[in-house]
Amino acid sequence: MGLMKRFSDVMKAKTSKMLDKAEDPRETLDYSYEKQLEMVQKVRRGLADVATSRKRLELQATQLQASAGKLEQQARTAVGVGKEDLAREALNRRAGVQSQLEGIEQQRQALQAEEDKLTIALQRLQAKVEAFRTRKETIKATYTAAEAQTKIGEAVSGISEEMGDVGMAIQRAEDKTASMQARAGAVDELLASGALDDVTALPGGDIQAQLDALTAGSSVDAELAKMKAELGAGAPAPKEIGAAGEESK
Amino acid sequence: MILRILGEGQLEVADGSLHELNELDEALISAVDKGDEALFRTTLTNLVNRVREVGQPVPPDHLGPSEYIIPGPDATLDEVRGLLSEEGLIPG
Repeated sequence: MGLMKRFSDVMKAKTSKMLDKAEDPRETLDYSYEKQLEMVQKVRRGLADVATSRKRLELQATQLQASAGKLEQQARTAVGVGKEDLAREALNRRAGVQSQLEGIEQQRQALQAEEDKLTIALQRLQAKVEAFRTRKETIKATYTAAEAQTKIGEAVSGISEEMGDVGMAIQRAEDKTASMQARAGAVDELLASGALDDVTALPGGDIQAQLDALTAGSSVDAELAKMKAELGAGAPAPKEIGAAGEESK
Repeated sequence: MILRILGEGQLEVADGSLHELNELDEALISAVDKGDEALFRTTLTNLVNRVREVGQPVPPDHLGPSEYIIPGPDATLDEVRGLLSEEGLIPG
């Protein structure tokens, strides 16, 4: 037997089990409707969860982009003061941040796709639940318990199939969200440690501190050179370094 | 007849298309039985695409079961096997 038929048989078996439960088939209508309303709520909650996870990724991406920008600036500064090793270190770290960003973007897209699918699934389910509610009232008002059986069977199995489908979509979205959480947690820890944009936390030293020291040093040198020029290009004595104390402007 | 693509909803398909869809379905189930991931992907895509081509979406407020149900285009081999196992399609 092909897959299409087997899938639909599994679904029908489930539905008929539910129909057999109620003594008065009309009770099945109310029971099913309750389940439908629960499912609508479940899909709404699922959608909210997926959206929350997506927003968390977006926040992380913003933070990582800031880190990448900072590291690039540090690399430029390092090149400016001739510290190629520092520049290299900063660029290496930026490459790491970029690859994190790419991973996050892929996950964000996957969650967005789940969100879109669930949104459409919810609309479809709501349309069917509303149709079911109308049908339910008609059946209860029009038919005796004995007559109602077949009318109910079609309505209930139709909506049950939809609920099964939506239930799977929700499960899938939850699985994706869960697998994403672990990785997002790791990125949050990295961001919180400052390791991504402030390398004090890592072996290899603090790029920014070293750069600050270097740029401070080079501005002192510049001041000195300026003073020497102002004092006339006489004989520059090594002692002049002692005059550096005045350079606080 | 009405056919459901899981995750996408129901489509009305003319009976005349059934033979062709059955052939695509046979190819799919044989890929599932073999556990051939690449073949599974191809045959599932073929079936889903063809159903979309020959089917007309059923109005969302239609209440009725589907004669046939096929997995969504991004279903994995493991998912399909899980659905065919005793767990069934409806959670709970």
